[in-house]
Amino acid sequence: MRTSAFRIFFMTLAWMVLAFLLLPILVVIPVSLTDTSYIGLPKEELSLQHYAAYFKDPRWLAATWTSIWVGLVVAACATALGTTFAIGCWYLSNRASTVARWILITPILVPPVVQSLGFYRFWVTLGLIDTHGGVILAHTLLALPYVSISVFAALANLDRRIPQAARSLGASVWQTSWQVVMPAAYPGMITGAIFAFIVSFDEIVGVLFITVRNVSTLPKKIWEGIQESIDPTIASVATMLVLLTLVATAIAIFRNRDLRA
Amino acid sequence: MPRLSDTWRYWFLVLPALAIMIIFYIWPLVGIWQISVTEPALGLDNYTRMFESSAVTTSFVITFRIAFLTTIGCLILGYSVAYVISNFARRVKPLMVALVLLPFWVSVLIRSFSWIVLLGRSGIVNDTLRGAGIIDAPLKLMHNEFGVILAMIHVMLPFAVLPIMANMRGISPAYVDAARGLGASELTAFRKVYFPQTLPGVMSGALLVFVLSLGFYITPALLGGGRVLMISEYITYQIQEFLNWGLGSALSVALLVLTALVILVAARFVNLRSALLERN
Repeated sequence: MRTSAFRIFFMTLAWMVLAFLLLPILVVIPVSLTDTSYIGLPKEELSLQHYAAYFKDPRWLAATWTSIWVGLVVAACATALGTTFAIGCWYLSNRASTVARWILITPILVPPVVQSLGFYRFWVTLGLIDTHGGVILAHTLLALPYVSISVFAALANLDRRIPQAARSLGASVWQTSWQVVMPAAYPGMITGAIFAFIVSFDEIVGVLFITVRNVSTLPKKIWEGIQESIDPTIASVATMLVLLTLVATAIAIFRNRDLRA
Repeated sequence: MPRLSDTWRYWFLVLPALAIMIIFYIWPLVGIWQISVTEPALGLDNYTRMFESSAVTTSFVITFRIAFLTTIGCLILGYSVAYVISNFARRVKPLMVALVLLPFWVSVLIRSFSWIVLLGRSGIVNDTLRGAGIIDAPLKLMHNEFGVILAMIHVMLPFAVLPIMANMRGISPAYVDAARGLGASELTAFRKVYFPQTLPGVMSGALLVFVLSLGFYITPALLGGGRVLMISEYITYQIQEFLNWGLGSALSVALLVLTALVILVAARFVNLRSALLERN
């Protein structure tokens, strides 16, 4: 087929937009290799000193470790709660359950600062300020919408007659949910768990409000780093996270060439 | 043993998550309304002060202006990408989709940091331009609305592309083919036949970007450098610098109400269920 000017125009525009999305993220890579002690491109030679600084600093490492394990706990809690919730709503499929689903997605719509104020005041009364438990609880609430949406979407294709058949053959509600409905929800649960981990791993505003000195996560450390002094160590952390994301995305493309949005 | 009806058993599945959400999320939000009318004294003082303050009005105007411009920018750029991915991309489609999703997975904090590195006074853009002798003095690229909007478009773009793409997936190519067969030019077929069918997706994307932009904190706080006070940053200032919980929570209530109003108005044009509840 002949390529018209119309198509060339849109193709060019689209690739430019994609470059606009990707390139600014990649600037952290050269900056992280700088041989200077401030943020900028390498002057004389490439240097790994800012990576060494990250791996030698126990505070950066501790913050990274905290973010990872908090994220894993949040992913587990949010997936368990969100999956049972979505399965229950799928069975009910009535007005009340739709209202319940709307309630569960409010954290997507409420501005982060507003919800963090709410967390702060309530966490003070509960004694959860500056505790890991407090961060896990807050992050689980913020992750629940994503789990419930993706599990519910996975169940949309499940034929209602299948669990009915299981019930009429004598399976209880629990057995049916566990052995018939949940296997159909697996893809949604996996997506939901990944989302939940990332929501927690990247969350910053809530952590700024509900933690003081005792709890430090990776985003909080980056935030403080940007506020206080722009130190190239942040660029090395950012580069590692960006490369990790690039690798994960590449694997996802190769495993699923027909990648669905 | 008394038999429970199945409906009750199903509600037992729903209840744990719902109860936790209501107790630990919705209830603290209600608490903010309460603070706004009780601190420092019972009454509506915080609200009268809020409406009288010109700084607050300015902040709300800035917030809406930035959210609006970000939305327009995201729609124009996002539409082109979604259109190409859905119609012309073929073999590079997975790559293009991945490039849209990739920034989604990189944290907002890191993306804002990248923009600081690029746009700062002695950032990469200024250094390069000066090195090439194009400019003498550094351009002011951040700590102003330009920097904030540029970085916000970057952050919000995937939120515009995804709903538009989801909508385009459901459009049959037969209509455009028919229009072309009847003699319409490619541009006319796009303008009169294709584009109107994509409006629901455009509206969902607009709603999502606008609502998220209204309450955005990280990017404006970092790229604005205290000079572009969007309402979320104004609230944190009141609370962290002045410990003024009364005004801070009144502002929060105002922001919540405005967000809700935007969603309610949007409900006339957007199918909220598919835009928010059933998106994937």
